[in-house]
Amino acid sequence: MKKLYLLVIVLLLFSLQPVLASTPSNTLVMANSIDDIITLDPAEIFEFSGAEYAANTYDRLIGYDVDDVSKIFGVIAESWTISPDGKTYVFKIRKGITFASGNPLTAEDVVFSLQRVIKLDKSPAFILSQFGFTPENVAQTISKVDDYTVKVVVNKAYAPTFFLYCMTSTAGSVVDKKTVMAHEKDGDLGYGWLKTAYAGSGPFKLKAWKASESLILDRNDNYWGDKAKLKRVFIRHIPESSTQRLLLEKGDVDIARNLGPDDIKGLAGNKDIVIRKKAKGAVWYLGLNQKNKYLKIPQVRQALKYLIDYKGMEQTILNGKATVHQAFLPKGFLGALEETPFSLNVAKAKALLKEVGLENGFTVTMDTRNNEPTTSMAIAIQGTFAQAGIKLEIIPGEGKQTLTKYRARNHDIYIGRWGPDYMDPHTNADTFARNPDNSDNAKSKPLAWRNAWDIPEMTKKADAAVLERDTAKRAQMYLDLQREHQQVSPFVIMFQDIEILAERANVKGFILGPSFDSNFYQYVTK
Amino acid sequence: MAQTYSRMKFKTTSVKIFKFLCMIAVTFLGLLLITFLIGRVVPIDPVLAVVGDKASHEVYERARIAMGLDLPLWKQFLIYIGSVLRGDFGMSVLTAKPVLDDILRVFPATMELAFLATLFGVFVGIPLGVISAVKRGKFLDHVSRVVGLLGYSLPIFWLALLALMIFYAKFDLLPGPGRVDVFYEGLVEPVTGFMLIDSAMAGEWEIFRNALSHLVMPATLLGYYSMAYISRMTRSFMIEQLRQEYVLTARVKGVAEWKVIWGHAFGNCAIPLITVVALSFGSLLEGSVLTETIFAWPGLGLYLTKSLLNADMNAVLGSTIVVGSIFLGVNIFSDFLYKVFDPRARL
Repeated sequence: MKKLYLLVIVLLLFSLQPVLASTPSNTLVMANSIDDIITLDPAEIFEFSGAEYAANTYDRLIGYDVDDVSKIFGVIAESWTISPDGKTYVFKIRKGITFASGNPLTAEDVVFSLQRVIKLDKSPAFILSQFGFTPENVAQTISKVDDYTVKVVVNKAYAPTFFLYCMTSTAGSVVDKKTVMAHEKDGDLGYGWLKTAYAGSGPFKLKAWKASESLILDRNDNYWGDKAKLKRVFIRHIPESSTQRLLLEKGDVDIARNLGPDDIKGLAGNKDIVIRKKAKGAVWYLGLNQKNKYLKIPQVRQALKYLIDYKGMEQTILNGKATVHQAFLPKGFLGALEETPFSLNVAKAKALLKEVGLENGFTVTMDTRNNEPTTSMAIAIQGTFAQAGIKLEIIPGEGKQTLTKYRARNHDIYIGRWGPDYMDPHTNADTFARNPDNSDNAKSKPLAWRNAWDIPEMTKKADAAVLERDTAKRAQMYLDLQREHQQVSPFVIMFQDIEILAERANVKGFILGPSFDSNFYQYVTK
Repeated sequence: MAQTYSRMKFKTTSVKIFKFLCMIAVTFLGLLLITFLIGRVVPIDPVLAVVGDKASHEVYERARIAMGLDLPLWKQFLIYIGSVLRGDFGMSVLTAKPVLDDILRVFPATMELAFLATLFGVFVGIPLGVISAVKRGKFLDHVSRVVGLLGYSLPIFWLALLALMIFYAKFDLLPGPGRVDVFYEGLVEPVTGFMLIDSAMAGEWEIFRNALSHLVMPATLLGYYSMAYISRMTRSFMIEQLRQEYVLTARVKGVAEWKVIWGHAFGNCAIPLITVVALSFGSLLEGSVLTETIFAWPGLGLYLTKSLLNADMNAVLGSTIVVGSIFLGVNIFSDFLYKVFDPRARL
């Protein structure tokens, strides 16, 4: 009996074909966690993986140099002029661009795409609507002058780079009006269709998307610029870091995108694999709710900033995945403050606590996502807080669960990661240093609101900075703002994210940008 | 007299069927109600899954109203039941597709795995259980019990990673995660959703072999668990039977030992074993989240978990109906088999 079974098993093993140990030569195979994609419509995309998809399949009016963000260049826009009063932008559209569908791209498409973002009013719409566009006025404010000229009128004389950077974001992607409108249903501007389909002009076009499973892009042979080197990009959803590593080591994928510190360390000596890093815009921070009677005391906030082992965490838990950063603008942004005045200093923290009679500490909770590295960071922070007698209770929860609580201002401390929405400094100033209305049913609920931090004065300063049209002066304003913010705010800003990518040594040309919508596959060869 | 009897019999049968249908309806309603309530009680805001963290207040409110979350709970539930009865499970927030489409896509992946795992469990577990019952207390019994115990107690994600390390990374005997190799992906038109059936139907034997080889590791691992359960149950059923007097009688009569074991004793174990196998198959059909995560297997377990953590209630309720139906189905089926195999249950 047993022999028979053994025989069957052995036969089964031999009947299977030998495993092919490499990926097809014209296809880039990437292991990535892509279950955050919930839509493929650029007017709605607001997720990391979705933004990366749009960056590779759609073109925007303007782009920026991934190595020097301050260099802005035209993509669909060949050139642009700004009126002396700073309110009117006229874009000349590049001729000869066709969509993947074969339709020519004209001013009509550009106007349609921008208006569509405002009319649909999905999550990223604020990136454009903050310039005063509304569904009612958008026909006048964003208009076509002729087939290759577009005129945009904003409501205030903002710093030009503010508007231009916003046009580089996913919401500024240009969609093929003819194709989209052919699928319109009940006046939805093609939203129901484009959510799972494609109508762009980028270097790649969508072949197939299976949610939480795979995303396949094919080269767009109608692309107007340098055509993609590879025929296909296959992104497979592999949630597990160790599984990604195994696949990469075996050569079954060319690139692994979500390796944890342990797996990165494990790959260190491997000659077939190259590890690449790029600082991303996201910052890690603690949000201290000002509704809490301890956390609202300035000395306590200050003490907590001295009770984080920044260096230690950077070297152990984060191990290359983040770098110490203590201001709300990440490195690479205009006016980013790189000073790091805080380090672990228990004596100083104790002295500050003693000043307000809390030398025996207090108890406080922290809502923590139960993923890595958040959990490990929380445990490390718990340890250093304890050295000054502060008892930190960690409340673990799923991402959406902790977020629900945070947005309702029911937390004590929230450990979070915030990524900028576009490359202008206002994106983070808007959320960390502005709170126009601190009441419970405020219309806008930035991070400052979530932590119930009422700052009418600072809000004015942030508003002034976005209207400063002299770049050097504007940078100085942000530096000053951050210095003040760093000292007084209820945000303990700790780290800036670094994206780590591991690729097979034969893979060349993957462009890692400073944001999630500036990772490009176009020049990849293998 | 005879006529009345047959009429009575007809009546009782129809009453039975009616009662049976009522039971099914009530079970489903209860299942849906509980799932629905849990979905509303979990401290996760379902609107967040739709609009994301950074949406403005207006966008948020509009999405909330569009999702019907401003209505009273009982109304939301009635609306849901109404659309389910019309065969509409609603749209999934996460995949932007109808829930029914999603389930039809992910369920075959789980089913394929569960089926092969159960086959493994039955064909290894039952002989192992019988052998250890016969050799009770001997070396072989100890070995098989230890093997079973390990299957019961080792965490599957650890075993799965270990198996990947050995059979895939080190010795290259089996392929890595996924249902097929990348270059075969998307080549077969999904008709049934079962990779093996689809590829066989398309005559793509290369892909069939590839899909089969991808199934070996996850199916064996899952099968190991059901094997552990099945062999334990088989062992205890067999020990009980082997103690019975009819076994002694048969032995005294001089019936060959293998016939006593497989013919007499095992024959009587077969009936309760049907329930054991059916239940273990049923639980595998819910999908194993950990196995599916490690092997990047797009099945029901992953789908359900992810939907739940994002408060994607349409998807959760839809999957619950599927899992509930499976368990009901499995129960009814094993009841039916009882009636076929066990004369006493036919009354």
